[in-house]
Amino acid sequence: MERRSFLKVGAVAGGSLLVPVFGNAIAAEELLNPMAVQFKKSLADAAMNAATKAGASYCDVRIGRYLNQFITTRDLNVENIVNTESSGVGVRVIAGGAYGFCSTNVMTLDSVADAARQAVAIAKANAKLQTEPVVLAPVKGVGEVAWATPFKKDWRAVPIKDKADMLLAANKAGLDAGASFMAANLFQVNQQKYFASTDGSYIDQDIHRLWSPFTATAVDKTSGKFRTRDGLSSPASMGFEFFDCKAENRVKAAGGVTTLYKGAYDLIEDARAAGRQAREKLTAKTVDPGKYDLVLSPEHLFLTIHESVGHATELDRVLGYEANYAGTSFATLDKWKSKNFKYGSELVNIVADKTTPGSLGLVGYDDEGVASKRWDLIRNGILVNYQATRDQAAIIGEKESQGCSYADSWSSVQFQRMPNVSLEAGKKQLTPDEMVKDVKKGIYILGRGSYSIDQQRYNFQFGGQLYFEIKNGKIVNQLEDVAYQSNTQEFWNACTALCDERDWRMGGSFFDGKGQPSQVSAVSHGSPTTRFNGINVINTARKIG
Amino acid sequence: MKFLSQEETKRISDKLLALTKADQCEITINGSRKGNIRYARNAVSTAGLIEDTQLVVSVAFGKKQGTASVNEFDDKSLEKAVRRAEDLARLAPENPEFMPTPTKQEYKASQTFFQKTADIDPEFRAQVAAYSIENSRKNKLVAAGFFTDGAQFTSIANSNGVFGYQTDTGLDFTLTVRTEDGRGSGWVKRSVGDASKFDARAASDVAIEKALRSVDAKALEPGRYTVILEPAATSDVLAYMFNSFDARSADEGRSFLSKKGGGNRMGEKLFDEQVNVWADPWDKDVAVLPWDTGSMLARERQDIIKNGRIANLDYSQYWAKKQGKRAIGTPGNIIMAGTNKSTEELIANTKKGILVTRTWYIRMVDPQSVLLTGLTRDGTFYIENGKIKHPIKNFRFNESPVSMLNNIDEIGKPEILSGDEWQYQLLIPAMKVRDFNFTSLSDAV
Repeated sequence: MERRSFLKVGAVAGGSLLVPVFGNAIAAEELLNPMAVQFKKSLADAAMNAATKAGASYCDVRIGRYLNQFITTRDLNVENIVNTESSGVGVRVIAGGAYGFCSTNVMTLDSVADAARQAVAIAKANAKLQTEPVVLAPVKGVGEVAWATPFKKDWRAVPIKDKADMLLAANKAGLDAGASFMAANLFQVNQQKYFASTDGSYIDQDIHRLWSPFTATAVDKTSGKFRTRDGLSSPASMGFEFFDCKAENRVKAAGGVTTLYKGAYDLIEDARAAGRQAREKLTAKTVDPGKYDLVLSPEHLFLTIHESVGHATELDRVLGYEANYAGTSFATLDKWKSKNFKYGSELVNIVADKTTPGSLGLVGYDDEGVASKRWDLIRNGILVNYQATRDQAAIIGEKESQGCSYADSWSSVQFQRMPNVSLEAGKKQLTPDEMVKDVKKGIYILGRGSYSIDQQRYNFQFGGQLYFEIKNGKIVNQLEDVAYQSNTQEFWNACTALCDERDWRMGGSFFDGKGQPSQVSAVSHGSPTTRFNGINVINTARKIG
Repeated sequence: MKFLSQEETKRISDKLLALTKADQCEITINGSRKGNIRYARNAVSTAGLIEDTQLVVSVAFGKKQGTASVNEFDDKSLEKAVRRAEDLARLAPENPEFMPTPTKQEYKASQTFFQKTADIDPEFRAQVAAYSIENSRKNKLVAAGFFTDGAQFTSIANSNGVFGYQTDTGLDFTLTVRTEDGRGSGWVKRSVGDASKFDARAASDVAIEKALRSVDAKALEPGRYTVILEPAATSDVLAYMFNSFDARSADEGRSFLSKKGGGNRMGEKLFDEQVNVWADPWDKDVAVLPWDTGSMLARERQDIIKNGRIANLDYSQYWAKKQGKRAIGTPGNIIMAGTNKSTEELIANTKKGILVTRTWYIRMVDPQSVLLTGLTRDGTFYIENGKIKHPIKNFRFNESPVSMLNNIDEIGKPEILSGDEWQYQLLIPAMKVRDFNFTSLSDAV
């Protein structure tokens, strides 16, 4: 589920319009000089010692410095540039068999020790209600290690003028191509995270992510109709080289209906296409509801994977920990234990992977100090595994955690979040054009639109950005008012064809929400263009007042 | 965290104002202490205390502005924040939509702080969890809940003499109770500023009763039905619509409030005449800060929908000036007029219908018509001849709040709601609505 926390921060921090276009918003020398590792270690030791003395059987400490910058533009104006900096310490303990957590933004030895003692007091208060003690699957301490997102160009060192110019150029391209209004944003995140635990780990990580979404709006004043087309970008965990788009990063959509991107992104080119396509949507043909074969492009399918497989295979949901909020899951333990639950057709192979280069979930270690890895969730259509943290792995008797613990801030408690969950490419050579040739009555859907799924990840409804009608193997015209409804298991069992590795690319969710208090995390999902037969399509056109 | 007093934030603000050489300066300081307890599987899963204090400085040289935020408050950090903001402002080009920071505002204090809420401690939170866990266990049910409480202060100041300081408190409680076999589920939500108005036991019993009644749900065909939507079931739906009351979007032709041919639909009757909606920062049940922190403008009581007609839209300072309107602080609450009728009375007046406890995962499908999709959840029941006849399976709906507020048969008693997907405190009633459009069935419980 997508949330708006980042934007809420922006609303608080950016009360006024501001338009800096030269230099860096936070002086580069400050950004590029993180807190000394030895100081972080001394803070962590102070917390762990205090917690242990107060009676904790386990303690972990996360010291974070979070730097966000976001730039908001509208048409040919830069509306807002906001820099936020937040640092502090979160201490989690187990005492009396229960968890306790406390955080503080005061970075002194005394303050973190106080926070540790508070966390122990909270744990002891909760222990009274505990029926079974928290047990953590073992993890070996890794000593003092460091990990950083691989990148070539640090976003913090890129002059704001260059970034603002890029967004404004995109807006201009969209307006010139037919949009009535353009709004483009740039989100940039740097998380400097230090993790230490009484297991003997001291892990220093430097994580970078960025995303540049936009919306082109076309208005027909005569009819009062308006339509939008959002960007087809994929947020990434890499440097600003993401915007150095080369020929090999461009992918022609089936029928050449638009250009898509792999590994890098041409924001301006996409905005130009969006301006034209938003205008074309004003006169697109409204869809006839019924059953269609759907050809789903990766920058659309990623969200369907995210909602119907990513969230459904989270072990905390399966066990009931999210029952009050995000819900439980239909993918229950009995289905997993049976080893024959047909989640999808035999073509469906879905993997979890926190090591995929450029992916939003790419880290060296999770927030419990577990090293990143890759594992199967669905193999040949059968449900084979879940995603777990240390305490959940212990509950189902697994010997180790898969490293799925994450907190969105030093002030948030870590819990189970999905890794990158991706659909493997088909083994037979197949291009999107070849896939379309086999479709008699279908719709080719590109881009991420509206999305909604029930609390057990069964019934869903998805829309996209661009819809093209396919008749007898040919793309014939653009459609509008399209949404498809299905049931997760029926949908994945209707998967009949996948394009090959050449077409595999990632989409991503920058603000995926879950948990109470709600937290956001960023995650990527890869897939090739994929076909699903006989899916129910509804017409979403309505008239009001 | 040190909970900064009015004098302390004034002293820090004055120090920052003295530090800057900019033409104008805006300062926001806020700090919070938030406690929580989360439980599932009839046991506590996490609990914690989160404390933080943040400072935001925004300065301008002429029409050039810069903003920086930090969460450290030593003299060096204060200086750093000001210099960062100034560096940005000096390098910025003029903003054609720049608006000067407001002159002194009249902030009439609202009742947003309650000591009983501020005094909540880990034992109190554990006791809340204990009520629902123990009562669920007794009924062979499984509880999953979340209780969070917070106390915070907010201070705003600018170089034109504006200063405001206020503290506020609040608590939020949600509980889902499921049968051990997973065939039934019930839910409850409570949001209040004053802890003395919160009864954990009574709230827990609502979710427990719904869970017990919801077992063995029958399937009804999707279609258009008369529905009784409890306040929580309409909160997300209405919040989506009220997020779209921006005057500029309407004037520019990209909103459901845009008029064909240009302009907006202010004054037009878009809803049933029973619909009356307003904002009031001093409302006794959903009081909010008397200013809008973003603009520093004072909030006022204002009608939003009056007898079904659009009464006011949100004007930014820039758009208000351009359109010759007066800008006021953006509303912090939305209040919809109700009646004294209980939900039971609405049910008793219904020949055939569906009772919806909660809606879930609501998303915009088409902003032109505010068409939303989402699902029912945790207690959906079939009503016949004034009585709940049996539980039914959950539905997906595709419906617009504009259509919904045109199809009102009866309105019930308002309840306080807050949420993390919208910015408002809501006080909205249960509603009986005809022709509500359910488009498919969900097997999820």
